[in-house]
Amino acid sequence: MASETATQKYEPGTHPDMKPPVLTSGPVYWLKENLFGSITSTILTLLAVYLLYLIIPPLFNWAVLDATVNAASRTECQQAGDGACWAFIKDRFLLLVYGFYPIEERWRVNLSFILLLVAIAAILWDAMPARRHFVKFSVAYPFVAAYLLLGGEWFGVPTGLEEVTTDQFGGIMLTVVIGITGISISLPIGIVLALGRIGNLPAVRVVCVMFIEFIRGVPLITLLFVASTMLTYFLPPGTEFNLLLRVLIMVTLFASAYMAEVIRGGLQAIPKGQYEAADSMGLKYWQAMRLIILPQALKISIPGIVNTFIGLYKDTTLVVVIGLLDPLGIAKSSLADNRWQGLSNEMYIFIALFFFICCFSMSRYSLYLENKLHTGHKR
Amino acid sequence: MTTIQSQTAQSDAAGPPVTGNPILRIWNNKEARSVIFQILTIVGLFAFLAYIGTNAVANLERLGKTFSFDFLGVPASYDINQHLIEYTSQSTHARAAVVGLLNTLLVAVCGVITASILGFIFGVLRLSHNWLINRIVYVFIEFTRNVPVLLHILLIHGLVIHSLPHPRQAISLWDEIFFTNRGFYIPKPDFQEAFMFTVIAFIAGVVGFIIFKRWARKQQEATGRIYPVFWVGLAAIVGLPVLAYIVTGAPIEWETPKLGRFNLRGGLVVIPEFLALWLALSLYTSAFIAEIVRAGILSVSHGQWEASMALGMKRSRTLNLIIIPQALRVIVPPLTSQYLNLTKNSSLAIAIGYMDIVATLGGISLMQTGKEMETMMMVLAIYLVISLVISMFMNWYNQRIKLVER
Repeated sequence: MASETATQKYEPGTHPDMKPPVLTSGPVYWLKENLFGSITSTILTLLAVYLLYLIIPPLFNWAVLDATVNAASRTECQQAGDGACWAFIKDRFLLLVYGFYPIEERWRVNLSFILLLVAIAAILWDAMPARRHFVKFSVAYPFVAAYLLLGGEWFGVPTGLEEVTTDQFGGIMLTVVIGITGISISLPIGIVLALGRIGNLPAVRVVCVMFIEFIRGVPLITLLFVASTMLTYFLPPGTEFNLLLRVLIMVTLFASAYMAEVIRGGLQAIPKGQYEAADSMGLKYWQAMRLIILPQALKISIPGIVNTFIGLYKDTTLVVVIGLLDPLGIAKSSLADNRWQGLSNEMYIFIALFFFICCFSMSRYSLYLENKLHTGHKR
Repeated sequence: MTTIQSQTAQSDAAGPPVTGNPILRIWNNKEARSVIFQILTIVGLFAFLAYIGTNAVANLERLGKTFSFDFLGVPASYDINQHLIEYTSQSTHARAAVVGLLNTLLVAVCGVITASILGFIFGVLRLSHNWLINRIVYVFIEFTRNVPVLLHILLIHGLVIHSLPHPRQAISLWDEIFFTNRGFYIPKPDFQEAFMFTVIAFIAGVVGFIIFKRWARKQQEATGRIYPVFWVGLAAIVGLPVLAYIVTGAPIEWETPKLGRFNLRGGLVVIPEFLALWLALSLYTSAFIAEIVRAGILSVSHGQWEASMALGMKRSRTLNLIIIPQALRVIVPPLTSQYLNLTKNSSLAIAIGYMDIVATLGGISLMQTGKEMETMMMVLAIYLVISLVISMFMNWYNQRIKLVER
């Protein structure tokens, strides 16, 4: 074909029109390129479509079309249809959110949640109006939240709010309390541990390494068991120690060991010249760290830090094993109810969706931050 | 910017350290200060240990408890629903702990294998040019890894318990395998003496393959000729034992489960607790491994593909010799921590009643004997040893595949 056209001679202006080029845009081209590019690709596409056909319609029927929203028990649900029984979730929704927090005091949980959003916005949203003042509020927030949620007497001084004991905490509220406390305290502890581990004080380094490796070598469950069974042995005889506080300490220590390793990675990625430059400027150790090293190290460890946060947030579910009433604890007791027995799928799927929304948005934010802070060259 | 300036201004204003005061002079000496700081750390640490030690002794005395491991020899008097070695409720606590440890190791090893296989498949599919496949795997990975592993375990356990039929209406495959809400029933192999030949054939195959591989490599380096190592390996490791098995007259008798009056009898039972834990851990970890594999493959620059193609290598050989060895260097370190995570996450078994080491030694044994300190210390020590062994093995592997530079 090519040789033919090459040999044939045309007078100028008499060459016949060429064929239009093959389509390189539009839906047909897209389909061809992305779904039916080759034989293997076509087979994979057909398999995937079949798989989706197997999964999606029955799932949709179960979760939406055949589902029951209004019912008083499982038997009523079964009479209404053979799909999901969302009435169960509806019945237990407030319990899942607030736990056993007194009903007339729940405005305090709501208020502290709204304030939490403000405090987080001040940290995450850097175009926020009057951000500097709000950041001060973010720092004070843990105390505000503790005041709001606990109430009662603090060091003998009445606070004007009715006391709510921590064993009434539960549900999603408890998850958020453990998660936020762990996240906000584990970061500074993690930084100190990481600095200790890479610093040049052998004794401090050994202590930090031992702590980090011990915590990372055992599962969180065993640490929670230690908190619930063994920790009181190590305190002066007769000390009463709040279970939630013990759990908070353990979760925080656990997360801070992982945090330390992430930050150590960041610290080690900083070129030696930066340390030397800081020294030659005459900066003291903490000044050098605060002004030169940590800002860079923390920036490059952001993905790891957020991953640790996500891990910690997911790990808060483990507290159910030692009897705290987080959403899974509430689920467990709700499933033991005669009226709703056997509806574990609905309950667990609902809780899974809650965690998915929280964790997925955290990981998206980390991606966004990574791109924003990426000041180097990027292809 | 302003903060930096004010900082330097402040430190300038502080001026040179006062040299008159001897204590200040020592404090301003960098070496002296580091020694002081370390001594303080050590003293603080020992003071803390001494403090909790004396508290523990006082508390134990107050409760009339002693610190001893004698309880390990006492009969445990509880049942364990899955035991790989002989165990009855008359066995000792020590034996219960071993049974628990074996259960932990079983689910961890099974989980690591399936999670690796699934993770590699998902990771490669995630890089597929096929848009649909790519999206499906993406959605699966994001859903799986953003939901706590405990929820996966409970959800799968619930599905097995509530959605599968009672043994009497069991779903069966060829009347050999039965799926019921009491677990999966599979045929139980009964090895006879002649099976030994198959085992010997297998060992011979592995040894032969290793020798052939070394020889083929030397030949390739010397002459450039490439031998079909993969096919020879397949023939030696799989073919030889199969041949031996057939020649010796198939010396395994399969005991298939039979439907009894109320339950299935015989065969090997995979209990729902193990199933839920194994599947949940595998799926959860595979999502993380998939992302690691994807990042590893993407980290090999495109030029490597092009260079290999330019040398005229086949696609499969490019993958085997150029891409995968380089990707593995990026993949192995994070893979190690995923294996460690999976092993540690297997302790969640306690939530569904799978009797692992935490549930036996740290759970029922602890409750029955009241030896909180001893049992918890043992559990912590066991996990530390397991973690240490896994990281040592993976570090060794990492050393082997590491980039050897000039």
